Amino acid sequence: MTTALPPPKKKDPVQRTRQPTLPPGNRSREAHGLTAMAAIGRFALQTCAACGQVQYPPRQVCGNCLADDLPWRDVAPGGSLLAETRLHHANDLFFRDRLPWRLGVVRMDAGPSVVVHLAEDCQQGMRVRLSLNLDRSGHAVMSARPETPGPEWEDDLQLRELTTDPKDRRVLIVNGKTDLGLALAQGFSAAGAREIFVGHAEPWKASPALDAAKAVGGVTLFPLDVTDTDSVQELAAVLGGKVEIMVNNSYHLRPGGAVDRLDMNISRQEMDIHYFGLLRLAGTFGPAMRARGADGAHGACAWVNVFSAYAQVNNPAFGTYSASQAAAWSLAQCLRAELMPGGIRVVNAFTGPLDDEWHQMVPPPKLTSDMVAGRIVDALQKGREDVAIGAVAEEIMQRLAENPKEIEREITL
Amino acid sequence: MTDGQGLKTAGGKAAGGMLSQLMGGILGGGIRVVDLTMTLQPDAPTIVMPPEFGQTWPFRMEEISRYDHRGPFCYWNNLSCGEHTGTHFDAPIHWVSGKDLPENATDTIPVEKFIAHACVVDCSAQAAADPDFLLRQDAVEDWEAEHGPIPPRSWLLMRTDWSQKHNPVDYMNMTGDGAHTPGPHETLIPWLIEERDVIGFGCEAVGTDAGQAQHFNVPFPCHYHMHGNNRFGLPALTNLDALPPQGAVLITPPLKIRQGSGSPARILALVETP
Amino acid sequence: MGYEGVAVCVPVTIPYSRYSLRSAHWFCGRALAALLQQAGIPKDQVDGFCISSFTLAPDTAVGLTQHLGISPRWLDHIPMGGASGAVALRRAARAVQTGDAEIVACIAGDTNHVDSFRKTIASFSQFANDAVYPYGSGGPNASFAFLTDHYMRQYGARREDFAKLCIAQRDNAMQFPHALMKRPLRLHDYLDARPIADPLCLFDCVMPCAGAEAFLVMTQDRARSLDLPFVTILSTIERHNAYPDDPIQIRGGWAMDVDGFYDHAGIGPEDMDFVEAYDDYPVICFMQIEDLGFCGKGEAPEFVRRHDLTTAGDFPFNTSGGQLSVGQAGAAGGSLGLVEAIRQLTDRCLGAAVTNARHGLISCFGMINYDRGLCSSAAILRREGG
Repeated sequence: MTTALPPPKKKDPVQRTRQPTLPPGNRSREAHGLTAMAAIGRFALQTCAACGQVQYPPRQVCGNCLADDLPWRDVAPGGSLLAETRLHHANDLFFRDRLPWRLGVVRMDAGPSVVVHLAEDCQQGMRVRLSLNLDRSGHAVMSARPETPGPEWEDDLQLRELTTDPKDRRVLIVNGKTDLGLALAQGFSAAGAREIFVGHAEPWKASPALDAAKAVGGVTLFPLDVTDTDSVQELAAVLGGKVEIMVNNSYHLRPGGAVDRLDMNISRQEMDIHYFGLLRLAGTFGPAMRARGADGAHGACAWVNVFSAYAQVNNPAFGTYSASQAAAWSLAQCLRAELMPGGIRVVNAFTGPLDDEWHQMVPPPKLTSDMVAGRIVDALQKGREDVAIGAVAEEIMQRLAENPKEIEREITL
Repeated sequence: MTDGQGLKTAGGKAAGGMLSQLMGGILGGGIRVVDLTMTLQPDAPTIVMPPEFGQTWPFRMEEISRYDHRGPFCYWNNLSCGEHTGTHFDAPIHWVSGKDLPENATDTIPVEKFIAHACVVDCSAQAAADPDFLLRQDAVEDWEAEHGPIPPRSWLLMRTDWSQKHNPVDYMNMTGDGAHTPGPHETLIPWLIEERDVIGFGCEAVGTDAGQAQHFNVPFPCHYHMHGNNRFGLPALTNLDALPPQGAVLITPPLKIRQGSGSPARILALVETP
Repeated sequence: MGYEGVAVCVPVTIPYSRYSLRSAHWFCGRALAALLQQAGIPKDQVDGFCISSFTLAPDTAVGLTQHLGISPRWLDHIPMGGASGAVALRRAARAVQTGDAEIVACIAGDTNHVDSFRKTIASFSQFANDAVYPYGSGGPNASFAFLTDHYMRQYGARREDFAKLCIAQRDNAMQFPHALMKRPLRLHDYLDARPIADPLCLFDCVMPCAGAEAFLVMTQDRARSLDLPFVTILSTIERHNAYPDDPIQIRGGWAMDVDGFYDHAGIGPEDMDFVEAYDDYPVICFMQIEDLGFCGKGEAPEFVRRHDLTTAGDFPFNTSGGQLSVGQAGAAGGSLGLVEAIRQLTDRCLGAAVTNARHGLISCFGMINYDRGLCSSAAILRREGG
């Protein structure tokens, strides 16, 4: 049985905040293949193309036939728990702060024996399900939970270090005036977020979505205009020490490219909102979040950027928009590196076209706000880092991986 | 007593003497200088256009340095904004009806036009009762009956106390069918130009036209007619309640922007104290 | 081919300390000085040199030659940690037999600075970096906790069985001057000790420390001419990455080689007068007792229950007290038992002596590269003329 996690207490003002430490992050080049799989939520291991042997730990030459073609392939995540321990002593500060810590050895159905982080409700000899997760250092680790998890298994403290579950955490949603902003507020409320701060700009412009968001449980509205440094600084001064999950839902799409529509104002607005907006948020909210990365079981844990898949390949129909998304995506990589010391995960969600007023002429499939919000909350609960949302985004990622020139020439999505 | 007309025509003859007299009034207390300008700040609302149209930039400032590692000796900022931000001057070139007129831009308007007499019509009670209040010709005629005729080349200023709405939501007062703010009736403007030869129209709302003016027979009639007749606009004024109905002199120069359609301006009024 | 004509002699221990400001170079250098002094030979007569150390980095045996001012014509560096003792022995013996070297100094030493153990385990191997250390960073404690947990469930071993081994070794250590553990261990001390990594508690775990072990290998003629008491080698084995298909380690490489091991020696386990086994955690002792033929697989718990493991008992085991009581001086832990065996078989015991000991078995184990120890080795030594 998993021990249910009690809701956070009010912070004792005379207690020094626990400083963020990270689990060991020294990995070989090969092991970063695991990180790539964990980031997108795949359970894949190196599998020898010649003899089919599944390899673990990662390596460059097959441990069976010595071939060197070891593609990452999805493998069965099941196995049996062979041995377990509960550590009461650790030399590393991260684990020392979190003892006792449960570990196990699992014999995978796919072959290898693996050392895993072990969920509280796993018992000796039990059938378990493995998953690849990112730990607080941003590197992949294996964890095991029962094949049929018990109630409240997601409250497991060790697993919670591997995910960024919104439950009992405080969330800031930037740009709550869109339908997606509303859907996110509803999604986080349903996921048990403790408080949901919804930022909104230009208050004189009415928004039915924002009006509806007001009624969602736990929601409080705050003025926040990401194009206004003062506004961002002022809100960071109020909320910086509270935000545990940042959701940058900035969105400003106008159709048009470079040659066929020279409009510096539109292009600059896109950059101001997507790129400079993220920069302003990063510089104001980032430091406090990074400092609170280990502030209890409910400390700051994630920074979500809602991006378009066009960040990764330009769609000329939305050419300058795509470029501003690419700029923001690049900055998010910087943010990821800078927030890493605090154990804060930067989650980039790449969406396909939304079913909104700016995609009136785009044929389906188009994403509903509920679908996007649902995938984002799910990604946080599962601890993902990169999320392609919807068939279009998934196809873009796949085509980019296969042949970036093909999609560059043929993008019609 | 010197009125606006007098200043304008008498300036060339005995500038030294009259200006000394003016300065004497300003320094000695006979003349009050009233600031009709709102503070430029990032959360000030800007004119709302449908999202598929081009948009004006709001006022933004980024600190360059503040006696720190970026500049140990000085504090200064970089600014950005649209020409029509905050309290500002509308030049005739701003509107399609004034696009081909001579001397229609901020850099070509003769500078003497930036100093003019002001007539202030108090509509504050009506605007408080009805945000869509429109100032009509008969009301101005009533005002003239009480305060005297509008001198030629004067500003007609519509006082509504709207600038005292400090919450941007109340100030913009937008609903699903657009903004609801007071302004001139569409028939008033041609009359002011043809019959009273005003230099322009000023008010306290975000634009010189009423909030619902896009629905009028001639959309945005104040912009259309004023600028089409090489007259000016002064929206987003404040402190109009500190001006007398007649007798104040406005100093309204916009920035000298090449082919500028307007600019934020520090609008001052000179008012004689009794 | 046997080890005819080879002598193993001059057992040296540089006394252990929990922490030291000295470097591994100091421990190795002082060990060489002690070897020369006890053998009564000048430095230039040592023409073979074999080193094991974790903390010598960035140096290897190569750097040490310049550091110590020696010019050997035969040089080896054995990166096998706890398995290095018997491996060094068999390589040095062959070098002496073939004439590649006349006198080989085998030295295993490590220092232990504050925090150096953490650094050693934090970058132990690529597999450990990638797939073990990020999991709780427990180091060998966690790895042996798994093996112990599994062994206990699989074969019915109880904590009391491990306790009996640890207590017997502590009894042996009470007479061994270099042991860092100076107090007797009682059953309730063992059972009530603070948990380290379930099921392991404090007295299941070696204490990392600084120190060195060393011995010389030369021809018997040379040993006689120098008037050095020596022992002879009957058999040796080594094996690496044995039984890779075992889902979890239940046996070491000894089990693969045990038959040939005794065939070569011409004697069997029943002929052993004492056993010096690798003992960083008691479970690995149980596996060695099984894999080296003293009982069947899974029968070590019962074997330990039926035997007295003290020096005076019917199965003298780790007569110096072993690493569990003396301390684990890094790679020197792989030679502790071998050096003690030379002492037992040349009547130079520092502690209690096994009565009439003629044959001693030394077993070594090391290098948890990922989930199991990869290196195993063993040797049977005989009293000269015995």
